[in-house]
Amino acid sequence: MHNYNLPYLKELESESIYIIREVAAQFEKPVLLFSGGKDSIVMSHLARKAFYPSRIPFPLMHIDTGHNFPETITFRDWWAKEIDAQLIVRSVQDSINTGRAKEEKGINASRNVLQTTTLLDAMEEFKFDAAMGGARRDEEKARAKERFFSHRDEFGQWDPKNQRPELWNLFNGKKNQGEHFRIFPLSNWTEIDIWQYIAQEKLPIPSIYFSHERKVFTRDGIVYPFSDFVMMKPEESAETMSVRFRTVGDMTCSGAVVSFASSVDDIILEVSVSRVTERGSRQDDKRSETAMEDRKKKGYF
Amino acid sequence: MNNKDNSYLDMELLRFTTAGNVDDGKSTLIGRLLYDSKSIFEDQLEAIKKTSKQKGHDYVDLALLTDGLRAEREQGITIDVAYRYFATPKRKFIIADTPGHIQYTRNMVTGASTANLAIILIDARKGVVEQTCRHAFIASLLQIPHLVICINKMDLVDYSKDVYDEIVSSFKRFSSKLEVHDVSYIPISALNGDNVVDRSKNMDWYQGTTLMHILENVHISGDHNHIDCRFPVQYVIRPHQLEHHGYRGYAGRIAGGIYKPGDKVMVLPSGFSTTIKSIDTYEGEVKEAFAPMSVTICLQDEIDVSRGDMIVRENNVPRVAHDLDAMVCWLNEKPLQQNGKYTIRHTTKEARCIVKEIRYKVDINTLHRIENDKEIKMNDIGRIHIRTTTPLFYDEYRRNRITGSLILIDEATNETVGACIII
Ligand SMILES: Nc1nc2c(ncn2[C@@H]2O[C@H](COP(=O)(O)OP(=O)(O)O)[C@@H](O)[C@H]2O)c(=O)[nH]1
Repeated sequence: MHNYNLPYLKELESESIYIIREVAAQFEKPVLLFSGGKDSIVMSHLARKAFYPSRIPFPLMHIDTGHNFPETITFRDWWAKEIDAQLIVRSVQDSINTGRAKEEKGINASRNVLQTTTLLDAMEEFKFDAAMGGARRDEEKARAKERFFSHRDEFGQWDPKNQRPELWNLFNGKKNQGEHFRIFPLSNWTEIDIWQYIAQEKLPIPSIYFSHERKVFTRDGIVYPFSDFVMMKPEESAETMSVRFRTVGDMTCSGAVVSFASSVDDIILEVSVSRVTERGSRQDDKRSETAMEDRKKKGYF
Repeated sequence: MNNKDNSYLDMELLRFTTAGNVDDGKSTLIGRLLYDSKSIFEDQLEAIKKTSKQKGHDYVDLALLTDGLRAEREQGITIDVAYRYFATPKRKFIIADTPGHIQYTRNMVTGASTANLAIILIDARKGVVEQTCRHAFIASLLQIPHLVICINKMDLVDYSKDVYDEIVSSFKRFSSKLEVHDVSYIPISALNGDNVVDRSKNMDWYQGTTLMHILENVHISGDHNHIDCRFPVQYVIRPHQLEHHGYRGYAGRIAGGIYKPGDKVMVLPSGFSTTIKSIDTYEGEVKEAFAPMSVTICLQDEIDVSRGDMIVRENNVPRVAHDLDAMVCWLNEKPLQQNGKYTIRHTTKEARCIVKEIRYKVDINTLHRIENDKEIKMNDIGRIHIRTTTPLFYDEYRRNRITGSLILIDEATNETVGACIII
């Protein structure tokens, strides 16, 4: 007898495509936030599938902190052309130059928080009413309760107590003028799902995900890439190691893992036996136990 | 590295929900499942070890793993639906973790709406209590296909068979009034792990399987309806590129039945008949499509089809009507208004409706109908009659969970205020 059961990756894919199509249907001006990282690559690939043979009916937007890995930026520009999508870039540096945002000072300075201002300004500039992000619920405690359709008030803020119930596959994107939605089509994916899907779909990814030789230094047990954007303490010193990155955030706060994984299959093996969550190597979450939740309330993803 | 393992490619996904009264051990059970299936990362384990110590526990409190927001950490209770993920070599799992206390019926309904299976926890010392009945009622109302009753804290009743038997029979007595199909009973200790992942050495008298065995093996492919063809059109694809000039595809996710190219179909509401030219995906055309696949259907004839329409088989159509009866679970602080107007979302269709009548309210602990108090407030469940502005294409919920469900939206606040199960 025929087995009418979808393998789980197909089921996750179908669910995400459904959500992306729902966004295109329910909102006037959606945008897909694209960081050049593996999650946003998967998301834009799903968007391409959702509307095939049509072009993706909304632009991709990257909020460039200016501290990105150059490899990611090169990849971003190439990928947008590859999938025939429109790419918008807005930069944190511009927000700083115009006085909209203020650079953090000190040894652990990062531009992660400043992204929020640039993002909200860009939403306003283009009148975007829905922004799709690649966040997953398995990433962090505060995200476990995030909805697929996350309502934000005029200030882009998230109220964890006042989220709309989400039942079945019925998504309510109704809103008042000026309000908008954050939408997370990959909510139900885990890190390993993403990698397995990248393998299955043979998706290209930026080179920094694979093992490479790099100048790094160690702080609080985390290996950081050496770059012009970091300040090293006198007792710290850079050395060359074989590393790869599990996320492609800013160079200032993305921790590297020592690794010899040179293919997606190697990475899958490594992630399956890995004992640390990918956020475990992100400095910005370590600031306090509720760091993520606090940032979300202010409009961060 | 060449021990490449692709077995994950055919793994299935099981969505389940957990219900239990506060302190019945729900968080501990979930923590145990995550821990014993090695789905906990070192940094997570470190964090909860640290917190356990701060709280003065002499054991690692696995319940802390499923604690989410700050408010909960402060109050020490779960207040919203949280989703957890874990995998075994056999299956992937999504847990909708819903809190147990009275005022949060809405959360359980939310978590249950997408579940294939529900775990209901009973404290062995307390037996079947009012809340157990409520949880079972909601599971049956939402037609969760599989139900697992875990009698927890067996260690505190000396692993007694008598206690277990008594609870099982009293649950059976109660649930005979409900529409539940596949029910299993397991005596467990979430704290010590008995019969959760590993078989208990303390309960030789129990011949059944472990909880994990059920989660890994319960047959779920029958949970979708593969008989009645239902394709709600979600989005019309009309490329503006020259090479696809004239292409017109109807994108959507199949809600029921099996579709094949060449099938004779009918489009609702227009009633026009045509045949399926092709079923397209990014990978190419497919020979058949079934729920829950997302595909794009192209039709032989050029007829006017838009979002909210439904492609069905001529000889098997859903009900097409302005009027319907539904069980509603109320989700909002502002009570349901008799004669109130609401926006409806049903499959991909949006409509407006008026609640013509509140027929009765259900006492969810006794299942009795309350005919004299018809005020439906947050967390209440009742039966209502709705009239819509445009006809809906729907099935009974028990026949199809997708075409049989809808939500009500408050037109002033845009909030989702009611969850409806069509009868
Ligand atoms: N002895 C014993 N205690 C348990 C068991 N399961 C949970 N508990 C304890 O019962 C209390 C409540 O458990 P918790 O998981 O927080 O309950 P929840 O409110 O349902 O999430 C905690 O102190 C647990 O350690 C069990 O199987 N045996």
